[in-house]
Amino acid sequence: MNLDSKTPDGPLAEKWDNHRFSSKLVNPANKRKYRIIVVGSGLAGGAAAATLGELGYNVDCFCYQDSPRRAHSIAAQGGINAAKNYQNDGDSIHRLFYDTIKGGDFRSREANVHRLAQVSANIIDQCVAQGVPFAREYGGLLANRSFGGAQVSRTFYARGQTGQQLLLGAYSALSRQIAAGQVTMHTRHEMLDIVSVDGHAKGIITRNLVTGEVDPWTADAVLLCTGGYGNAYYLSTNATGCNVTATYRAYMRGAGFANPCYTQIHPTCIPVSGDHQSKLTLMSESLRNDGRVWVPKDAADCSKYPTDIPEGERDYYLERKYPSFGNLAPRDISSRSAKEACDEGRGVGPGGRGVYLDFSDAISRLGESAIRERYGNLFQMYERITGENGYKRPMRIYPAIHYTMGGLWVDYNLMSTIPGCFVLGEANFSDHGANRLGASALMQGLSDGYFVIPYTIGNYLASAGAGAISPDGPEVKEVLDSVKQRVDQLVSPKGKRSSRSYHKELGQIMWEYAGMARNESGLKKAIGEIQELRDDFSKNLLVSGSGKTLNAELERAGRTRDFIDFGELLCRDALERNESCGGHFREEHQTEDGEAMRDDENFAHAAVWEYKGEGKTPDRHTEDLSFENVELAVRSYK
Amino acid sequence: MKLTLKIWRQAGPEKSGSFETHELDGVSEDSSFLEMLDQLNEQLLADGKEPIAFDHDCREGICGTCSLTINGHPHGPENSTTSCQLHMRKFKDGETLTIEPFRARAFPLVRDLVVDRSAFDRITQAGGYITVRTGSAPDGNAIPIPKPDSDSAMDAAACIGCGACVASCKNASAMLFTAAKAGHLNMLPQGQAEKDKRTLDMVSAMDDAGFGNCRNYGECSAACPKDISLDFIAKLNRDHAKANLKKLLS
Repeated sequence: MNLDSKTPDGPLAEKWDNHRFSSKLVNPANKRKYRIIVVGSGLAGGAAAATLGELGYNVDCFCYQDSPRRAHSIAAQGGINAAKNYQNDGDSIHRLFYDTIKGGDFRSREANVHRLAQVSANIIDQCVAQGVPFAREYGGLLANRSFGGAQVSRTFYARGQTGQQLLLGAYSALSRQIAAGQVTMHTRHEMLDIVSVDGHAKGIITRNLVTGEVDPWTADAVLLCTGGYGNAYYLSTNATGCNVTATYRAYMRGAGFANPCYTQIHPTCIPVSGDHQSKLTLMSESLRNDGRVWVPKDAADCSKYPTDIPEGERDYYLERKYPSFGNLAPRDISSRSAKEACDEGRGVGPGGRGVYLDFSDAISRLGESAIRERYGNLFQMYERITGENGYKRPMRIYPAIHYTMGGLWVDYNLMSTIPGCFVLGEANFSDHGANRLGASALMQGLSDGYFVIPYTIGNYLASAGAGAISPDGPEVKEVLDSVKQRVDQLVSPKGKRSSRSYHKELGQIMWEYAGMARNESGLKKAIGEIQELRDDFSKNLLVSGSGKTLNAELERAGRTRDFIDFGELLCRDALERNESCGGHFREEHQTEDGEAMRDDENFAHAAVWEYKGEGKTPDRHTEDLSFENVELAVRSYK
Repeated sequence: MKLTLKIWRQAGPEKSGSFETHELDGVSEDSSFLEMLDQLNEQLLADGKEPIAFDHDCREGICGTCSLTINGHPHGPENSTTSCQLHMRKFKDGETLTIEPFRARAFPLVRDLVVDRSAFDRITQAGGYITVRTGSAPDGNAIPIPKPDSDSAMDAAACIGCGACVASCKNASAMLFTAAKAGHLNMLPQGQAEKDKRTLDMVSAMDDAGFGNCRNYGECSAACPKDISLDFIAKLNRDHAKANLKKLLS
């Protein structure tokens, strides 16, 4: 597997400029001769489809939702980072770069992260020009807030729905291109496979979710912007439709999958209330700006009404353990601390799996109306779900799977190990290392879509190997037939168990053994249990109806099948990465006071998995990460 | 909780539909409305029947995918709440619930409770954007925007495009949606250059899609899970009249 990162030469701050200059261009008149497939219409996919259409390429964009405006980027609440230094508090491109590298626990590629920090400022300009209604100060200029893992205020936001507003910006640009005929939108279509010819990606196979038709589409290049794999855990903050199928199928066709064990557990989610639960709801980490996290010092107090527990009997554990970052400690650290407190028996709420997030100090300091202005919709959401009033009694929160830093391996041009197959946004592995900082996902999705791919795709198209093929060709037909066969297989067995029950069981295995803390014996056990689950799935699955209609059971069965295989890969990666870093916490590797211990000598690399066939153990390759501009340090937030 | 559910079943747009009644026991008060339907679907599957098709995705009230009319109310009886955020503790044990799709001529039925709302996409494509080339934007702070103006634009932009406004209107008008979409951009300095054209084109696209006329009943705003105000309809009417007048005079 060729893992040449193609990082440009030269000083870090000049790499991107040099690269843009040395990349080949496609002349404007020739752009219309190319067709590009974009799978996914979230921030990465929507921005890429709109921008490539605007440049003159012919674009086919696919999404499983009924409208491109509904992609799950929409649910991001808190904000988007940018090194604008509007607050005059010492921010700079280099500081955003450094915070992101450090936040990722020194497991990301320097050049990619620096480029991300560089274009972050352009993103804000672009979005403002599109009409994104970012929060403003009374003077009319843009407002900022602080976020975890940073000591400057660089986060731009639109109430508690920054994701929706940014996505609507990208969607409006996309809509303009759809109206202009540059982009053809295919909604309610799910990508089920990728087609390559002579090693180059040339198309995809989709299933029309309404009619059940399975069709081939061909193009000069394919962009996968299909999001993360958090739903491998069944309960996560992802939308119920989010899935790993597109990226896993690309992996099966030769794309390397990097660092699948890097999953992010978000500290401020609403705790699980029972077995009926289909998803978990996140509340923006911006709440930690004004909320203080605590549990009772004494486990015996856990059942008391929270306001009856006197100040001296409370343990504000984040403030105690990390005095300089306090309640704004990064996500992985905050999550693990919550787990520790609950493991010690000091958790609150049903099942003892919760900690308090208390606003009473902020309310007495600023008044309830100020808090309502900042977080009103989050308090409303909390009350709707739990039936409790967060202004009157502290909220209960608990960590949940939220984001996945791993993804398909890409080089500096965002191209996977399949030439012509590019991967953008959460679906790739590129920028967040082993842990993503808050408000950086939106930044990366838009950076990849608006500002990176329009340059790097030209370089590919202008070089050898590009060129579309006919959808009737033998290579296409072979993949098409295999997809049809797979769909038929899912519908045909008449077993007894629903796909949901398999998905739930997989989620339980993953959360238990590959969740917030992992260890060798647990991961080995998980791999065994997942293999048994797969056997049972092939024998006992029950799918009603046919493949010829809208059939949610069939969709879930296909996605669950891929999650099962992927879950095994994730556990395998977690097992092989015999160190703790960022969101990957191996219990064998921790300091005396329970902090993660990296092993830079043996693991300062990205692990990239190569598929070797069904039932065979995949190969593990590595891309060494070299750090020339930052010093590898113990990540301390104390 | 134990519930009796009267649910609309229809195999496809050309097929005839009818209500089907199901009993469901053991529903947790803490589950959401859609989780209750998940439970029913698992039960139907176990009984060898076909589960009910319904749209859903984020399940946190922001993607606008879920679209159920519950006891005659789009998104159910609770104000400012989507179906996915409606919890069963709001209903009584033993209650009978009627569940239908969002009904409107411009939202053709796909299957059971699933409808096609692509008409909303077509309205946006007609003008719901500001023409700005990627990479050509001036600095974000180049134009100060007074906070109240920016806040009003945000109030309009909060629309999640679910279609409850249309489903609640007896004329099946999409005025609230169109007013929110156009109003968000028309209120901002960046949106002024295309304001008149945007307004005229979006309203035409709305009419072409087969939505009914607005009679200011106000049901739309009452049903809106994001509390989009009727004021935006008044604003759209003003913007439309001004744009028409300018067109006549030019």
